[in-house]
Amino acid sequence: MAHIKEMVIISGKGGTGKTSLAGALSTLFKDKIIADCDVDAANLHLILKPEQILETKEFTGGKKANIDPNRCTKCGVCRDVCRFDAISEDFVIDSFSCEGCGACYFLCPSTAIDFPTQLAGHYFICNTSKNGRFVYAELLPGEDNSGKLVAAVRNEAREEAMKVGAGFILIDGPPGIGCPVISSITGTHLAIVVTEPTPSGIHDLKRIVELARHFQIKTAVVLNKSDINPLYTEEIKQYCNENDLAFIGEIPYETSFTKAQKEGMTILDFAPDCKASLAIKSIYKKILNILEEV
Amino acid sequence: MPKMQYTHDEVIKDMTDMNIAFASGKGGTGKTTISVNLAYLLALSKQKIQYLDCDVEEPNGHIFLKPDILDKTTSEIMVPLIDNVKCTRCGMCSDKCQFNALATLPSDVLVFPELCHGCGLCVHICPEKAISEGKREIGRIEKGIAIQDIDFVHGILNVGEPMAVPLIQEVKHQYKRDYIRIIDAPPGTSCPVVKTISDADVVVIVTEPTPFGLHDLQIAVSVAKNLKKPIGIVINRDNGKFPLLETYLFENKLPVLMVLPEDLEIAKHYSTGNIILKTIPSYTEKFKELAVNIEKLLDTSKGRW
Repeated sequence: MAHIKEMVIISGKGGTGKTSLAGALSTLFKDKIIADCDVDAANLHLILKPEQILETKEFTGGKKANIDPNRCTKCGVCRDVCRFDAISEDFVIDSFSCEGCGACYFLCPSTAIDFPTQLAGHYFICNTSKNGRFVYAELLPGEDNSGKLVAAVRNEAREEAMKVGAGFILIDGPPGIGCPVISSITGTHLAIVVTEPTPSGIHDLKRIVELARHFQIKTAVVLNKSDINPLYTEEIKQYCNENDLAFIGEIPYETSFTKAQKEGMTILDFAPDCKASLAIKSIYKKILNILEEV
Repeated sequence: MPKMQYTHDEVIKDMTDMNIAFASGKGGTGKTTISVNLAYLLALSKQKIQYLDCDVEEPNGHIFLKPDILDKTTSEIMVPLIDNVKCTRCGMCSDKCQFNALATLPSDVLVFPELCHGCGLCVHICPEKAISEGKREIGRIEKGIAIQDIDFVHGILNVGEPMAVPLIQEVKHQYKRDYIRIIDAPPGTSCPVVKTISDADVVVIVTEPTPFGLHDLQIAVSVAKNLKKPIGIVINRDNGKFPLLETYLFENKLPVLMVLPEDLEIAKHYSTGNIILKTIPSYTEKFKELAVNIEKLLDTSKGRW
């Protein structure tokens, strides 16, 4: 069986165009499974329009503690051991503050605390009309364990890839550099970082590149909105050059991205001949070349 | 309901000791732009302002507020240390740990520090008292004075570190009394956002008129509603061409505190790392309106109207 190549689109800074690029690339890769790993603000399904949900799975994250007032003797042990200030003076646990560590549950002398598993979200295996299998998730608002849900989505995508014999997995990652990002990039063959020529863009690019390096993941850089500030565009190219990063293309500022999004389409379906679409096609070829080597 | 008239100065006096959090759901909608400009405007009128950047994964407020950093401290969480002489490999710790941060092998107990939440459960339950605690650095807190004497705090998460929440908690331990506290939240809708806005007096959600923006706004609103927070909306890059957003806001009775138009000038100034109000003073009125509307929202939520 052929080796499955996984690539992940990340950015550090939010709003640089990860999902728009992921949507466009998904129309170019024929032999792939798509996975949206931005589980607390998933958007890719809005432009890939899955036509059929094949399977919905429940995601149980961690557990949360509850005190049963009938069994509680108000001895205070739970308040002493809780390091997350989750238990009030009248012995009620704030579920948003509860870390789910179980310290109170295991140490309560009157066994007055329940510690049930929580439903934290769902993930969906879908069919799209033009882009094949697509896995995405919805974390319930305010839940934790997003890293675990990302891992569940990636596992599902790998299983689907094996089932249908797909050669690639295309992952749309979350912003930031924390837990869900780490979970999205570990073990992938290529991280594609989307940045923009602004001070925040550069600042965040450097941190995400450092993260990819920390996990020894080959990294390529795409510069979006490349014509809004020539000075920073130059600085980013130079940074890539000095740091041995593959600079695989620049996409000019393009209002069609928003228009396509409003139509629920990828830019390649909406405006296949605009400059941005042409740039993305060339980026696609460069990604293929890199993936052949890794 | 009588409509009260405030002068600008009265308004901001009333905001002292309030926590005003800026959240967004979707990244890149303009949280930082809006929050740093509001901080700048309020500081210009001689208010004591503290700006706290809780987006510890990718903090950006300093790019615009340009603080002189006067104090740096590392932030640590507790992590178990196993005394291999006392340890009997009974497996209790790894069995009970909810985060899979411990694994009991025949020869010793392995600790995976990056999975440890520092809860201390293993220390308490080890029957041999073989576990003590050490510290592990997850990032650092930097404090200083920014433009217009804004008191500045941000947290910077170490690269490769998954535990953002304890560092956010640490940023919030730096609250100063008698200041208006402006808090920049991370994007998303999960635990780091909940931790950031948990003690906010008002949550300002910055959105943009796109399907992605609206989708993530709805989740962010649910988070803030679950926490029973007063919510106000700022629409950024408005071009009047996305009625779905207006319908949603209207149906859910969400007050719009400010609308910033789609403006290439703002985008250009943003891309230079400058405060908009410094370079395009015509936006000052908009931000004054934002300050007044935030105060009204605080008032409504306190039931004074």
